[in-house]
Amino acid sequence: MSRDEVQQTGPGVPRGARTILDETGIRRTLMRIAHEILERSEDPDQLYLVAIPNGGVPLARQIAGNLQQIADLRVAVGILDTTLYRDDLTSTNERPMLRRTEMPSAVDDRVVLLVDDVVKTGRTIRAAMDALMDFGRPRAVQVVGLIDRGHRELPIKLDYVGKNVPTGPGENVRLLGEFGGLDGRLAVVIERGTSDLAMEAVGGGEIG
Amino acid sequence: MIGRDLLGIEDLDRADIERILETAEHMGEIGEREVKKVPTLRGRTLVNLFFEGSTRTQTSFEIAGKRLSADVVNFSAMSSSLAKSESILDTARTLDAMDPDVVVVRHGVAGVPKRIADVLEAPVINAGDGAHEHPTQALLDLFTVSREKGRIDGLTVTIVGDILHSRVARSNIYGFLKMGAEVRVAAPPPMIPPAIETLGVKAFTSLREALDGADVVMALRIQNERLAGSYFPSVREYAATFGLDRGKLRYAKDDAIVMHPGPVNRGVELSHDLADHRPGVILDQVRNGVSIRMAVLYLISGRRPSGGSD
Repeated sequence: MSRDEVQQTGPGVPRGARTILDETGIRRTLMRIAHEILERSEDPDQLYLVAIPNGGVPLARQIAGNLQQIADLRVAVGILDTTLYRDDLTSTNERPMLRRTEMPSAVDDRVVLLVDDVVKTGRTIRAAMDALMDFGRPRAVQVVGLIDRGHRELPIKLDYVGKNVPTGPGENVRLLGEFGGLDGRLAVVIERGTSDLAMEAVGGGEIG
Repeated sequence: MIGRDLLGIEDLDRADIERILETAEHMGEIGEREVKKVPTLRGRTLVNLFFEGSTRTQTSFEIAGKRLSADVVNFSAMSSSLAKSESILDTARTLDAMDPDVVVVRHGVAGVPKRIADVLEAPVINAGDGAHEHPTQALLDLFTVSREKGRIDGLTVTIVGDILHSRVARSNIYGFLKMGAEVRVAAPPPMIPPAIETLGVKAFTSLREALDGADVVMALRIQNERLAGSYFPSVREYAATFGLDRGKLRYAKDDAIVMHPGPVNRGVELSHDLADHRPGVILDQVRNGVSIRMAVLYLISGRRPSGGSD
């Protein structure tokens, strides 16, 4: 944590990229989402935040922190890697790096909130739901997305949305920043001329 | 970059090994779940082609394949190690016609997995060939050491036993050297291959010297029946000189770990008290073997040669 505090500059925004949600914007959005979660949850004690790495991890931790601040509610935070559940593994030659999975408590009868940074096709959420079912039988599964880009390819809707960002061809949206914890400075940027695939490779940073 | 096949540690570089170990770290978590299975290799076929018996290795590959949802077929093709290579290749071609996605081969003769890989469309994993290599055993040993010690670089690893006939020793020598460890071998002189030091290891005929300051001590299995009389006078004498017990282990570091690829000849390579007192690491090796094989299967099976079929 102390190392993060030293770093005052925050993430560098690449050339040609435009910030659509800065650090303050992200914090406000996650606070609003935390309020919405409380408002709509019948039994907040049963909530379980499950982050999809890497981008979902700092967001889920922030939401958990907000819930504690607002309602003195301690919500478990899990991390669920979806790589081994992807539907495109057999069609590609490259094997993506696996990421950490850490599910500290059981999902049975819990209301699981899957947290991802950017939701587009819905395929990652589909993979996450399959992965989740291997850990038990949640009472309900809901989805939190900081950014909804549209372009859905599967019948999946977000229950909590930070910001809708319709994008055109050749545009990409991603979360930049220190994926280490609450102190990391985050920003969501939109950029042109890079394929999604290339961006995914760039985004595959280590989580703390 | 990890190639199409996994035939030996000699073909890998340090980055490849690190990638496999990191992948195995994540695979281990699947084994702790209630549902110990992920759908990654669903619809893929893994064939275990074993020309030489090995319940442990075959079972380990079978469990690894099943945890990744592959269909696993055990094709036992026991035959003498002198079987004509034509018949082996015929077997391989027959197998190829069944469109497997990955083939695991064990054979008593060095180089057979390579020859099979040359005729197969599917990637081949060497599960032990003669006295050549046993790459997944070395990878699981590297993984075990890295988890126990938190690193491999800079450690001193002493391999004790029949270095000459051991594919486990050979693969581990390549692996530990590539990962930056110091590797020593210790054995009666006839069991140390000539020119072994050109690989970069230090050879000892004194166990005490070889153990001095070691972080990892790896005992190899002695094939008593085959070797007694020609390579050492008797099993009892081997056990007295090169068998590990708590007394001899004093020369190694206090926190040294004792490894063995199994099955252990108790009272020969390891004294009863060692085999019982520190069984932890040896059983970890078995458990880690499944994670390593899952990692290797994930990384190489079902991959198509780039640029279409060749």
